[in-house]
Amino acid sequence: MNAVKFMFAAYIATWLIHGIYLGTVVNRFKKLQSQLKELGKK
Amino acid sequence: MKRAFTILSILTALLLAYGLYQALVVAPTERTMGDIQRIFYYHVPNAWTAFCLFTVNLIASVAYLITKKVKADALAVASAEVGVIFCTIVLVTGPIWARPVWGIWWTWDVRLTTTLVLWLIYVAYLVLRRFSDSAQTPVLAAVLAVFGALDVPLVYFSIWFFRTQHPQPVMGKGGSLDPQMLHAFLINLLAFSCFGAMVCWARYRLEMLHREVDELHALESLAGTDSVKPSMPLQRSSR
Repeated sequence: MNAVKFMFAAYIATWLIHGIYLGTVVNRFKKLQSQLKELGKK
Repeated sequence: MKRAFTILSILTALLLAYGLYQALVVAPTERTMGDIQRIFYYHVPNAWTAFCLFTVNLIASVAYLITKKVKADALAVASAEVGVIFCTIVLVTGPIWARPVWGIWWTWDVRLTTTLVLWLIYVAYLVLRRFSDSAQTPVLAAVLAVFGALDVPLVYFSIWFFRTQHPQPVMGKGGSLDPQMLHAFLINLLAFSCFGAMVCWARYRLEMLHREVDELHALESLAGTDSVKPSMPLQRSSR
């Protein structure tokens, strides 16, 4: 039972780290695209 | 290009889902370690992908030092950042496996220590890229990347060169793996390799977009202060 908890902890940690990183990439992308739009308007 | 990215992303997601199913449901439970061994299906593919990304970083850095092409520099930044994420997962899942098996979270074993040093080298690389505005930063970072990459073979071969607590390889000359376990492992290896490539591609596109925005900002500020257009290409920062 304990081993299963550790196993799930490892799998959750993996997807949490990947998910958070992908979230930051998407946020940065959106931010830059809006900046690019603003610069295009000027 | 955008369509190809979307299709490949969907395929990668399906492959990752299949890999997860193989690792948790199909692969048999290991006799001595039990379910904790299933961490292997995520730990090793993430380590492999990190090594591949650091190799891409090395090639891109050398290419930048030779050609001074912006694209090579952008690829170097992208691969280093994504590589650090994968290496972080290795350093997180390793101790989670070690705690129930070894009874400790961490030991200053050669494989573990060299992996931590590798992670620190590439974190230093990213810090340099983030906080240095000098025109020489890409060159300095590329040189650091070349030296940093020397640690990759050291990490990989450390279990052969030194006496280590880290498990020996279960494939090739180091041992054998149950066919179902091998299948689950190879699927996850392929899935995480594709995932690493896709994330690196996305990060590369982000880096190029960042440079485009930086250039437009620089041109705008130049146009605001002086009506003369720059005759030299602008030095672009990399974040």
